[in-house]
Amino acid sequence: MGNAILQYTVYVGILILLAIPLGKYIKNIMEGNYTILSRWLLPVEKGIYAVLHIDREEQMTWKQYAAAVFVFSLLGILTVFLLQIQQAHLAGNPQHLPNVSWDLAFNTAVSFVTNTDWQAYTGEATLSYLTQFAGLTVQNFVSAATGIAVLFALIRGFIKVKEQGLGNFWVDMTRIIIYILLPLNIVLAFFLVGGGVIQNMHAAETVPLVEPIAVNSDGTVITGAQIDRETGKVTLHGKNIDTAVVVTKQFIPMGPAASQVAIKQSGTNGGGFMGVNAAHPLENPTPFTNLLEMLSILLIPAALCFTFGYSVKNKKQGIAIFAAMFICLIMAVGIMAVSEQAGTSQLVQHGSVNITMVDQAGGNMEGKESRFGIASSVVWAAFTTAASNGSVNSMLDSYTPLGGFIAMLQMQLGEVIFGGVGCGLYGMLAFAILTVFIAGLMIGRTPEFLGKKIEPYEMKWAALICLATPMVILIGSGIAAMVPSVPASLGNTGARGFSELLYTYSSVGGNNGSAFAGFNANTPFVNISTSLIMLVSRFLPIWGTLAIAGSLAGKKKIAVTAGTLSTTNSMFVFLLIMVVLLIGALSFFPALALGPLAEFFGTIR
Amino acid sequence: MNIVKQVLPNAVKMFFMMTLLCGILYTGFITAGAQLLFPYQANGSLIQMNERTYGSALIGQPYTDNGHMWGRIMQLDISTYKDVDGSPLLYAGPSNLSPAGTEFKKIVAQRVEKLRAADPDKKGTPVPVDLVTDSGSGLDPDISPAAAAYQVSRIAKARGISEIRVKNIIEKCTTGRTFGVLGEPTVNVLKVNLMLDGILS
Repeated sequence: MGNAILQYTVYVGILILLAIPLGKYIKNIMEGNYTILSRWLLPVEKGIYAVLHIDREEQMTWKQYAAAVFVFSLLGILTVFLLQIQQAHLAGNPQHLPNVSWDLAFNTAVSFVTNTDWQAYTGEATLSYLTQFAGLTVQNFVSAATGIAVLFALIRGFIKVKEQGLGNFWVDMTRIIIYILLPLNIVLAFFLVGGGVIQNMHAAETVPLVEPIAVNSDGTVITGAQIDRETGKVTLHGKNIDTAVVVTKQFIPMGPAASQVAIKQSGTNGGGFMGVNAAHPLENPTPFTNLLEMLSILLIPAALCFTFGYSVKNKKQGIAIFAAMFICLIMAVGIMAVSEQAGTSQLVQHGSVNITMVDQAGGNMEGKESRFGIASSVVWAAFTTAASNGSVNSMLDSYTPLGGFIAMLQMQLGEVIFGGVGCGLYGMLAFAILTVFIAGLMIGRTPEFLGKKIEPYEMKWAALICLATPMVILIGSGIAAMVPSVPASLGNTGARGFSELLYTYSSVGGNNGSAFAGFNANTPFVNISTSLIMLVSRFLPIWGTLAIAGSLAGKKKIAVTAGTLSTTNSMFVFLLIMVVLLIGALSFFPALALGPLAEFFGTIR
Repeated sequence: MNIVKQVLPNAVKMFFMMTLLCGILYTGFITAGAQLLFPYQANGSLIQMNERTYGSALIGQPYTDNGHMWGRIMQLDISTYKDVDGSPLLYAGPSNLSPAGTEFKKIVAQRVEKLRAADPDKKGTPVPVDLVTDSGSGLDPDISPAAAAYQVSRIAKARGISEIRVKNIIEKCTTGRTFGVLGEPTVNVLKVNLMLDGILS
C-alpha cells in the first residue's frame, strides 16, 4: 500500500520537475533564440533552409498556414498508404509479409497522420520494417510537430497586434523536429535499448520451447496430451492421436522497435511496434523502461502549458491551464487506482483467489503484466487516455467497469486534459475561450482573453472545436450500432459489448488510439468509418484554431483594468474544469449509462 | 486552389527531408548504436548456452509439467506464425475479457480448480491472483514472489528435491523493484525452469 502511494507520487512529481524547464526551452526554440544545442544544430537548420530554398522570414496568413498543414498531411497519408499496399515488393521486409488490404492501409495511414495511431492491425504480423520506420515513424514525428506548430500559430495570434502573419509552418516544423523531438528521442531510444527493447533489422527468431505442446490440426491445444520426446508421438489417456501436431518452437518478433517506441510515446502518437503495444515485453521490458515511456506520454503536453505561459508573457496563465488539467488527471488516477486494486467478485471467487498486496501486486491483474502490477498500469492508463496517446501497458478491455469508464470519459472530454502534443492545449484554449464567454455573460462584461476581445467569430469556431469530438463520436457509434455486422463481432456481450463499441469510436474521435481490444476492428466498415472520424476530429479543430489565430492577430490589444475578468485565479480554473466536464457529461451521459455505468451497477447487486 | 499550388512545392521538399531525417537517418543511427552498445538487449535478450538458444528471457512460455514452475495464463496462438518449413510456431495474446463478466467468473474457477488438482495439499490456501489471470501481452515472462512461493512444494515433490533447493533457485531468479520503488518484484519463470532442468546454473 505504502509503496503504491510512493510510486504514484514519484511518477507525478518527476513529470512536473521535467516539464517546467522543457517548457522554457521550447519557448526559446520557437522564438529562434540561441540555446544550448544551437551550437551544433543551428548549421543543420540553416542547411535545411538552404537546400530546400525556404525563406525563413516569410510569414504565412492563417489560410496559407492551414493549406501548408493540409497539403503536408495529405502527402503523409498518400505515402503511408502506398508503402503498405506495395510492401511485399519493397526492401526492408525480411518476414516476407504480404501487401496490406486497401481499407486497412487507408485506416492506418489516416490514423498515423492524424496523430491517432488507432491500430486495426497487429504490427509484427502485418507491417514490414520499411513501412514501420519510413512510414509510421516519420508520421509519429511530423504529426506531433504539426500539433505544436498549430499551437504556436495560435500563441502568435494572442501576441501579435494588428498583423496578418502567424509565422512560417516550414520553419516551425524544422525547428520542432531538429531541436526538440530528435534530440529527446535519440536519448530516449538508447535508454530503451539498454533496458531491453529490441532494435535490429533481422527477421524474427524462432526458439525451442522448454515444454513442446500438442495441437489438433485446426490449431487448438490438446489438454492433457503426453508427448514422446524421442518419437514425437502424441497420446491422450493412453490412446494414440495421429492427427496431432507437436509445436516445438516459439516465435520471437524482431525489428527496429526502440526508435519507433520512443517517438510514439513522446509524440503522443501511441501506435505500438507490436500488436499489444507497450505491454509486450520486447517493447517495454522493465519498470525502468516503463517509467521513461510513461513520463514521455505527458512530458511535452505538460511542458507546453508552461511554454504557453512564458510565450504570452503571463506565466500565471500557463500555470492556471496546467492546474486545471492536472486536477482532472489526479482525479482520474485516483478513481482508477482504487477500482483496479479492489478487483471484482468474479475474480475473487469467494476467497479462493488471493488479491491482497502481500508479496504481489494484487487487485485486478487480468490484462496486466507482473512487472508493472497495479500502480504502474493504472498511472499509464490514466496518462495515455488523458493525453491523446493511446499506447497501453495493460489491456483496457480487462479493466473493472469503473476503471474502463474513466479511461473512456477522459477521451470523450475532448482530449484536453493535457491531450496530444500541441492539439491538447489548443483544444483546451478553445474551452478557455468558451469559459470567458460564459463567465462574461454571467457578470455582464465583454469577454476578453489575454488582452484580446472575444467576438462572435471566435466564439463560433471555439464552439465548433469543443463540439467536434462529441459530435463525431456519437454519430459514429450510433451508426455503427445499427450496422448488423458490428454488434456481431464484439468480444464481450451486453453492456460490456456496447462499451467496446463506444470506446472504439471515442478513441478515434478523440484521436487517442487506445482500444477495448475485444472489438474486432479490421473490417472494411469499421476501417473506413473510423478513418473519416479521425480526419474530421483532427482537421476541423486545426482549421478552427488557425481561423481564431488569424482573427486574434489582426486585433488590437486591450489594456487590463480593474474590471477585467481574471483568467489566472482559482475561480477561473474551477470554471474551466466545470465547462469541460459539463460539455463532456451532457454529451455522453446517455451513452455512458448504457455501457460502463450499466455494467458497474450490475456488479454491485 | 491557388493557395494549394503555392505551398505544394515546399510541402513535397519538406516531406522528403523529414522522411530522410526522422525515418532513415534516425532509425539507422539508433540501430547502429544499439547493435554496438547493447547487442544482447537489441537482439531480444536471448538466453544462449554452448551455441544453443533456450528462449528469450523476456518472453514467457506455457508449462503444464508439475516439476516446472508455471507462469501467467496464456491465450495461445498457433495459427498466425509459421516457421520457414511451414511448421506452426507458438505465440500468445491477451484475453480482453471483462473481469466483471460471467464468462470470466467461470474461466477463473476452472483455473483455480486446475491448480488445486495439481497440488491437492494446497486446498485451503487462496491462489495468488497472477496465476489465474492472463497478462497484458499474453507473453509475460514473470510472476510475483507470492505466485512462485505457492508452487514450491508442488515442484519439490514432483522432482523429489528439497523445498530449500527450489526456494534458492527462485531467489536467484527474483528481481526487486527498480530503485526499490518502481514496478513490482518479479520471478522470471523461464530462468527458474532452466535452472531446475540443470541447463542454467
